[in-house]
Amino acid sequence: MKLTKLIKGAIRNLAINKMRTGLAMLGIVIGIGSVIALVSMGESSKMAVASQIQSIGSNLLTVSPGSQSSSGVRGAAGGATTLTNEDADAIKTSTTITTIKNVSPEYSGRLQVTAGRNNTNTQIVGVEPVYQEVRKLTLTSGAFITTQNLSAMSKVAVLGPTTAEDLFGEGVNPVGQSIRINGKTFQVIGVTKSKGGSGMQNQDDRIYVPLTTAQKQLFGKQYLTSIALEATNEKDMTTAQNQVGYFLLGRHKITDVADADFRIMSQSDILETASQVAGTFTSMLSGVAAISLLVGGIGIMNIMLMSVTERTREIGLRKALGAKKKTIISQFLTESIILTFSGGIIGIALGIIGFYAYSKISSSAFVVSAGSVLLAFAVSAGIGVLFGWYPAQKAANLQPIEALRYE
Amino acid sequence: MENSIIDVSHLTKIYKTDDLETVVLSDISLKIKKGEFVAIMGPSGSGKSTLMHILGALDLPTSGKYILDGQEVGRLSDDALADIRNKKIGFVFQAYNLLPRTSALENVIVPMEYAGVDDKIQMDKAKKLLGLVGLTDRLNNPPNKLSGGQQQRVAIARALVMDPAIILADEPTGNIASTQAEEVMAIFQKLNEDGHTIVMITHEPDIALHAKRIIHIKDGKIEKDGNDHKQKLLHKI
Repeated sequence: MKLTKLIKGAIRNLAINKMRTGLAMLGIVIGIGSVIALVSMGESSKMAVASQIQSIGSNLLTVSPGSQSSSGVRGAAGGATTLTNEDADAIKTSTTITTIKNVSPEYSGRLQVTAGRNNTNTQIVGVEPVYQEVRKLTLTSGAFITTQNLSAMSKVAVLGPTTAEDLFGEGVNPVGQSIRINGKTFQVIGVTKSKGGSGMQNQDDRIYVPLTTAQKQLFGKQYLTSIALEATNEKDMTTAQNQVGYFLLGRHKITDVADADFRIMSQSDILETASQVAGTFTSMLSGVAAISLLVGGIGIMNIMLMSVTERTREIGLRKALGAKKKTIISQFLTESIILTFSGGIIGIALGIIGFYAYSKISSSAFVVSAGSVLLAFAVSAGIGVLFGWYPAQKAANLQPIEALRYE
Repeated sequence: MENSIIDVSHLTKIYKTDDLETVVLSDISLKIKKGEFVAIMGPSGSGKSTLMHILGALDLPTSGKYILDGQEVGRLSDDALADIRNKKIGFVFQAYNLLPRTSALENVIVPMEYAGVDDKIQMDKAKKLLGLVGLTDRLNNPPNKLSGGQQQRVAIARALVMDPAIILADEPTGNIASTQAEEVMAIFQKLNEDGHTIVMITHEPDIALHAKRIIHIKDGKIEKDGNDHKQKLLHKI
């Protein structure tokens, strides 16, 4: 039989019971839709992480405080107070460390910020002037924090573009205006250029203040939350990591590397960890989506088996009129493939719409890979064959007289 | 007997269920020549339907030989049997067995579809045969828009469409009102006059009388066979 006639006949049969056909298709729609949406979300967050980390600079090392071990009790990682301004100064002046160009001590924490009637809760980062070079920041207006600001403990602030917008509205230049951070008045001296990114690590949603001001006036802390180090050369990253590592171990009087109270991560370490996390997340979600697809497939098989039973007499008649096994098989397979394939198309469309909505809400990149769409097409057709095969076989193997007698 | 369309010898059919053996047909031998119009009669349970199924290549005998149009239909594969049903046999069922929601024209086309006949020829032939059974103005009606008699006429057109060696009709008037039944029987007689070989199962004597030869089956055996028997039936009425 010709393909066009097979398809026409299959559509006619599927149209008889529209409700049932629709519900069977819904399983595939949900399955394919969630696969497309979740895989795209995973890919997009992976890309976001990668681009964010790239934008920070590729010969960057970050020293962060590790868990402090005193008298055998380990404190929580990250919350430790083991990195100090003296550590940063020592790295700067050390003669054994030859591969580090710039040292940028940082203290950051979240605080409430107000400007007029607007307010926001954002990341306040206490920095030294060298931060701008180390983190590759550029300004759209005003100037960055200077050495004078640092030594005078000035109440000046440089805003990230998102923060500037939150506090002053779109298109307003806030330079020269004042804001209140934790109740203290700061003068805005600059706005940084957008770097992209989203969520907690959004580099556009930040306020930079002099490190001294942050430590003494805002947070009242003596230690650092991180030290960013710029290596002289990308090739020297490993050497730099080792030099700084052993230097700090010596300073902190720790002999066993396993007891280190700090961590040094390079850009590639962070990138790897981040994409590993994103990858695990994506594959877990895809697994869940795949299960829903499997359930959808079983739904298809169920419907097709029901259809075979209902149409036993028709199958008997077709066999009496000369239909061969493969004719009957192709008839039923065409039906199940049309079911799953059209379910797949709707699912792909809904998945992309869902992902579009997600990307708008989370302001992440909207990129649908052609590969995932093609795969979804293939998988939906494949499910039609896989779950349609048994019912079709069952139909083809019916004995004509038994089928004709069936009431 | 070169012009025998059907040549059955020592045919038996035994159904086995667990320990129970039911002999439905025992040692049936029978020849039907080209151009005959045969009625097979018998009470229910006599085995006439089983015989019909075997003659129609829908079922296989337990033992014995069945030659249809020069081809032995003994132990063929399912697909080979399908081919024989498609090309050599035209079925007319009691319940019409038309495809629902499918026009008369498309119903008639189905066997040609399975045989891979060219689209253009399919249309022409189906229209011609529906004209022959008097349904030219009902080509696009689905079965539920046709009377019982009209549906059976569509089924006859469908049975003829592959130019079969034999037409097998199983109680063709069983579900039809008597006036329409006469119309259907008139078509069978006309077809027989045109040279078609027809084997018809019926339990109604007045329907059987349209045939030239009547075979009586009882308890799986041929009880009576021939024209004399028909004469007696005629006298009875």
